[in-house]
Amino acid sequence: MNALDLARWQFGITTVYHFLFVPLTIGTSMLTAVMQTAWYRTGDEKWLKATKFFGKLFLINFALGVVTGIVQEFQFGMAWSDYSRFVGDIFGAPLAVEALASFFLESTFLGLWIFGWDRLPRGLHLATIWAAAFGTMLSAYFILAANSFMQHPTGYVINPVTKRAELVDFGKVLTQNTTVATFAHVISSAFLVSGVMIVGVSLWLIMKGKSADAMRKTLKLGAVVAIVAGLLVMYTGDVQAKIMVQQQPMKMAAAEAVYKTAENVPFSLVTVGSLDGSEAYWALDIPGLTSFLATGNWTGPESTVQGINDLQAEYEKKFGPGNYAPYVPLAFWAFRAMIGLGALGVLFAIIALFVTRKGKVPGSTLVRLMAIFGFLFPLIGISAGWIFTEMGRQPWIVYGLMKTENGVSPTMSTFTIGLSLVVFTLLYGALAVIEVGLLIRAVKIGPPETVELMDADDANNGQTLTFSY
Amino acid sequence: MTHDQLAIIWFVLIAVLWCGYFVLEGFDFGVGILLPFIGKNEAERRTIVSTLGPVWDGNEVWLLTAGGATFAAFSLWYATLFSGFYLALLLILVALIVRGVAFEFRSKRGTAAAPNWRRNWDWAIFFGSFVPALLWGVAFANIVAGVPLEMQNGNSEFTGNLFTLLNPYGLLGGLVTLGLFTTHGAIFLALKTEGDIRTRANKLAGQIGLVTAVLAVAFGLWTQLAHSNNTVASVVVLVLVVLAWVGALAANRLGREGWAFIASAATMVFVVVFLFTCLYPNVMPSSTNADATLTVQNAANSQYTLTIMTWVAVILTPVVLVYQSWTYWVFRRRLSPSQIPDPEHGSLDLPHEVSA
Repeated sequence: MNALDLARWQFGITTVYHFLFVPLTIGTSMLTAVMQTAWYRTGDEKWLKATKFFGKLFLINFALGVVTGIVQEFQFGMAWSDYSRFVGDIFGAPLAVEALASFFLESTFLGLWIFGWDRLPRGLHLATIWAAAFGTMLSAYFILAANSFMQHPTGYVINPVTKRAELVDFGKVLTQNTTVATFAHVISSAFLVSGVMIVGVSLWLIMKGKSADAMRKTLKLGAVVAIVAGLLVMYTGDVQAKIMVQQQPMKMAAAEAVYKTAENVPFSLVTVGSLDGSEAYWALDIPGLTSFLATGNWTGPESTVQGINDLQAEYEKKFGPGNYAPYVPLAFWAFRAMIGLGALGVLFAIIALFVTRKGKVPGSTLVRLMAIFGFLFPLIGISAGWIFTEMGRQPWIVYGLMKTENGVSPTMSTFTIGLSLVVFTLLYGALAVIEVGLLIRAVKIGPPETVELMDADDANNGQTLTFSY
Repeated sequence: MTHDQLAIIWFVLIAVLWCGYFVLEGFDFGVGILLPFIGKNEAERRTIVSTLGPVWDGNEVWLLTAGGATFAAFSLWYATLFSGFYLALLLILVALIVRGVAFEFRSKRGTAAAPNWRRNWDWAIFFGSFVPALLWGVAFANIVAGVPLEMQNGNSEFTGNLFTLLNPYGLLGGLVTLGLFTTHGAIFLALKTEGDIRTRANKLAGQIGLVTAVLAVAFGLWTQLAHSNNTVASVVVLVLVVLAWVGALAANRLGREGWAFIASAATMVFVVVFLFTCLYPNVMPSSTNADATLTVQNAANSQYTLTIMTWVAVILTPVVLVYQSWTYWVFRRRLSPSQIPDPEHGSLDLPHEVSA
């Protein structure tokens, strides 16, 4: 392996890992805010217990999201310096705005929320978790705007002297349809996975008979959120796919392993083919579905989907000799994993509602397994979606403008990147083990039996720290 | 505004971000370094960590913003610096990762059920604070002094390695930031606590502050004589550094902790201003090839980007300052171990582990 391959592995590992925590942070912070709002409005202690409990899970998860995010901010310069030089005039702006507008917001207000339970009036304290949750969403928006530029560059010109891309319309970068659709898709999937996580944890505690009253409330909240979010994921994914066909037809062709341009293209649920994906031996197909997903038409000339071979020929004419197709089997399977695992999440939410209807307490092992592992399916589905998005764009790092192989730091030795790849992988692995261990403990202990809160203006306030590190 | 003016504004703004970072995460690092030495028992250590609890994450965002702003305003500087200082930054990243999770995780297990858990995380906080406190100084000293940069394919590229940075001048710079941050942290601790911790922190601040003063004067003179591009301005700032530090140590000795903290915070600001004053108009001088030197003008991004970013910074920075200051106001109360009657509180031990 050369430095380029190692740098790609490092970016893939550190980014996929970081993005395990991000969707849970986005969704759970806002749902915790919803729970606390329910307590604030109704005074029902069940919601307070739920807030404290899911807040704890959220914070254990948030810690790893924060620290792995620092790496993201640095590694563009460290390992991808030529990429940073080429697009920095555009790409750096949303990153800087993200730090200034959202990182400060989430970190500061989360600190106020964690430690401010008895320091702030209740309404103000409630506002801090909303501010933090809003910050996480804002952060997603800016980083997705930056990513969307890599998928579909817009609002730029190439400076003829420096040969670097320069920003001419920041509004376009922030509001192009790629950005908006991606944001909607990512946020709804974050709510899907967070909803299913809350459903699973609540269901498990209901089966254990711990704080079952409170957990029935959170189960319903999580399930409704997961189901609604699941529908939105489908809808936004469909919008995104149609945009992708316009902007990156090669990625869609790879997702469906369509080699020859055709009308009425079927969607294969399962395909057994040659290892390089160029030949299919057997497939289970739904007629016309790929055409429909890509174009909105099942049959006829309007349902034409461009094939990899034709696109390859077209790109060779435009960009010169080279391979312009991504690794097809990966794109094909990652696309299916994303859809299938996401759908399973919705199914789990529906099952959980069903087995707990009218105060029932399920006892089956299968339901217990679903409660424990269920949220991993949509979570891995999100990872699959990102792997599809990023691998499907290859060989480009910025679609049509810069190839990935040209973006890597030219001075970085194989030893340097190899060492950092090993260090990050081992460190992240160890932290994952510790984090999962703590999350399991927090769930096993369950919500607190009672929650004592002191008012901010209580005379005895300050005698003891209600929360300390 | 002209492109040249905007580039200067962004050079200043990046200096401002580093000022914020040195002031805020500076004392975070100091407290982390002192944690195993000042905290004699679990309640004390927990008190010490809790002084940082509500604020450390927000403090660290100054670094992320400085990084992002350098990317947005001086992409060529960001690219050359970050790829060139790769292994040093890797060490800093590992330290910040370990330290960040350590804050969140250290009290998640009790000492009865997991005897080594908290001790191990406390050492993680120590090393996670020590390494960046040292390496930021090494990095800045090398930036100011210049490092081997050559033109390769039209770009200025670093041709050294990690050991190129570990030269005597760079290491002295590292010891200076290490000493400054440790003292700054001790002064912060004395301001934020009561009882034994306060007394010990006050004493240590005086001792470490004195050693740091000697190192800082040596480093300051060396920088002034060998590496300043603006000798008049930088010598003025250097005097301010010394005055502020003397003020901090004097106020600390008198037990005027608020003033001591203001003066040590001012020292952090002046140190950054001093380094950036010496550096201007370069952002990353080459020690081997003047053509490869990156300057405020040749590394700056386009006029359009700088204009947009200026508006964003002008609008958002005051807002950030307001709510971040408010956090410090909300948590202004001093902490003491007596406020933590049960150090095991909040740990995620299971019932059978605690009873056994």
